[in-house]
Amino acid sequence: MKYRIQQEAREGTMLINMGPSHPAMHGTTRVMLELDGEKIINCELEMGYLHRGFEKICENKTFFNMLIYTDRMNYVSPLINNTGYVMTLEKMLGIEAPERAQYIRVILNEFSRVCDHLTALAAMCMECGAFTVFLYMMKAREYIWDLMEQTTGARMTTSFIRVGGVRSDFPSDWKKTTRIAIDETRKVLKDCHGLMSKNKIFLNRTRDVAIVTSELAINYGWTGPCLRSTGVNYDVRKAFPYLVYDQLDFEIPLGERGDNFDRYMVRMQEMEQSLRMVEQCMAKIPRPSSSSEPVTKGLEPAEAIKASRTKKPEERIKLSPNLEGTEKEKYPGILSGKKYIVPPKEDTYTNIEGLISHFKLFMSGHGIRPPKGEAYFAVEGGSGELGFYIISDGTDKPYRLHLRAPCLHIVAALEEIVRGNYLADIIPTFGSMNMIGGELDR
Amino acid sequence: MAISKEKILEDLKQKFSDNILDMTVQFGDDIIHIKKEALLDIVNFLKEDPYAFTMLLDLTCVDYQGEEERFEMVYHLFSLSLNQRLRFKARLQQNDCKIVSLTPIFKNANWLEREVYDMFGVHFAGHPYLRRLFMYDGFEGHPLRKDYPLRKQQPKIHLR
Repeated sequence: MKYRIQQEAREGTMLINMGPSHPAMHGTTRVMLELDGEKIINCELEMGYLHRGFEKICENKTFFNMLIYTDRMNYVSPLINNTGYVMTLEKMLGIEAPERAQYIRVILNEFSRVCDHLTALAAMCMECGAFTVFLYMMKAREYIWDLMEQTTGARMTTSFIRVGGVRSDFPSDWKKTTRIAIDETRKVLKDCHGLMSKNKIFLNRTRDVAIVTSELAINYGWTGPCLRSTGVNYDVRKAFPYLVYDQLDFEIPLGERGDNFDRYMVRMQEMEQSLRMVEQCMAKIPRPSSSSEPVTKGLEPAEAIKASRTKKPEERIKLSPNLEGTEKEKYPGILSGKKYIVPPKEDTYTNIEGLISHFKLFMSGHGIRPPKGEAYFAVEGGSGELGFYIISDGTDKPYRLHLRAPCLHIVAALEEIVRGNYLADIIPTFGSMNMIGGELDR
Repeated sequence: MAISKEKILEDLKQKFSDNILDMTVQFGDDIIHIKKEALLDIVNFLKEDPYAFTMLLDLTCVDYQGEEERFEMVYHLFSLSLNQRLRFKARLQQNDCKIVSLTPIFKNANWLEREVYDMFGVHFAGHPYLRRLFMYDGFEGHPLRKDYPLRKQQPKIHLR
């Protein structure tokens, strides 16, 4: 079958490929262009280069195992994906995370959003020639990832948000790391504002380029910063508040014209709002249920098992899910829903109830089994409404799972909005859309 | 004044009493089962004021293998002014898996329907350019159908 662009090609124009190995296409999208000189008169997008069959895999995995696949959707802000998936399950199971866990989730979600925006803007600015901004923004992201790394143990594939709460509590010195991350990000944002927001070269390439009206954006199903740049006030965090967002004070930055610059500016301002939210959470977060000092004294697991053969050991055991000392005492603060959480390791190893609940969670045919039915739940992802639509047939595997990827709807509009612009305009336009291959192609 | 969800459902019931098969609520989400012939009318009706369901949030399909009405199209509509989401479902026969396209109403339906065509083999009447979205030209079968094996491999295709 011939491509549409080939069918519609006019006499005397040039058909040209951009991507999939073009650096500005982020490696996974192919744009076919029909050019008249430098003017784009027709455009077609081809994608699927990163298609991994996410939805098919999910139908063959248990609800617990699937969590790791959600990391790999939007790999710039995996924690938001985790939250979206886990909260859809929680909606079906009818459980709610403890308050401290909700605050932890919000802090990590907002930092992920900052990371997402930083990465998107860094790439966009770099493609417009501002390499300094790219480096500065990567530097800020590094400070944020320090906290992520300390907390989750991973930089990208976190799988940290669990059904019923989070995997572990913050480390003892998290407030210091967070403070540094916020301050350094603020500094970087100030620098980047100074470098870009009034930069003539940048403005020439973004101001009034690829204007999207609010009607067009709504018709395309745009959400997130891109929709807000056209002046439509819709944010899932305000419209359908989840976690503790209704207790936080934040504003939703809006754009006016819906051009590339507005999409840039909305993201810049949103990052400041996210940092504000993190600060509020730091002040409001409930105290941990036990001291946050890691347990270093106690029995080695092997000794504990030996001791447990005769009687239940009184002493604490060093091993825990995060290998930092036992976490059993923190569980009430960060996890709820006894049937759906991995029991603390010392319980699994030393008493029969723990062992049974461990097996009940991991044996095939058992585990997390939401009641029969279907649910749709959405969180505000980095580039828009990230929705999970899960159909359960009562077993431990989903009958069908569908991810509403925000950037599919946004990128779908590219064909139309670059038409009539110049070839070079594609690059900031595509950059401002924040296309994430993993999420687009699934 | 904002219209409540109950009022919307009531209005729908009155106007399309013949075409609405069932209305249920699951986990707090409203689900409306409709006949596939009425899809365009219902969407057009809801798109106008005062309901203003102007956004197609999501469009997907579910394969119920073994049932006579095998495919189920799922539409999520969203109204910005009312802040309401609604889910519509229409069943398709296995030997006639064809439904009207929403591309004249929603522009993002273009890609979403291409995805469903790619993954399930559902055809959309009136779609301007029904081509596979994720898989390549020449791919055989539809991966998200329940009878497509998880680890099936297809022969490599030649470079074009």
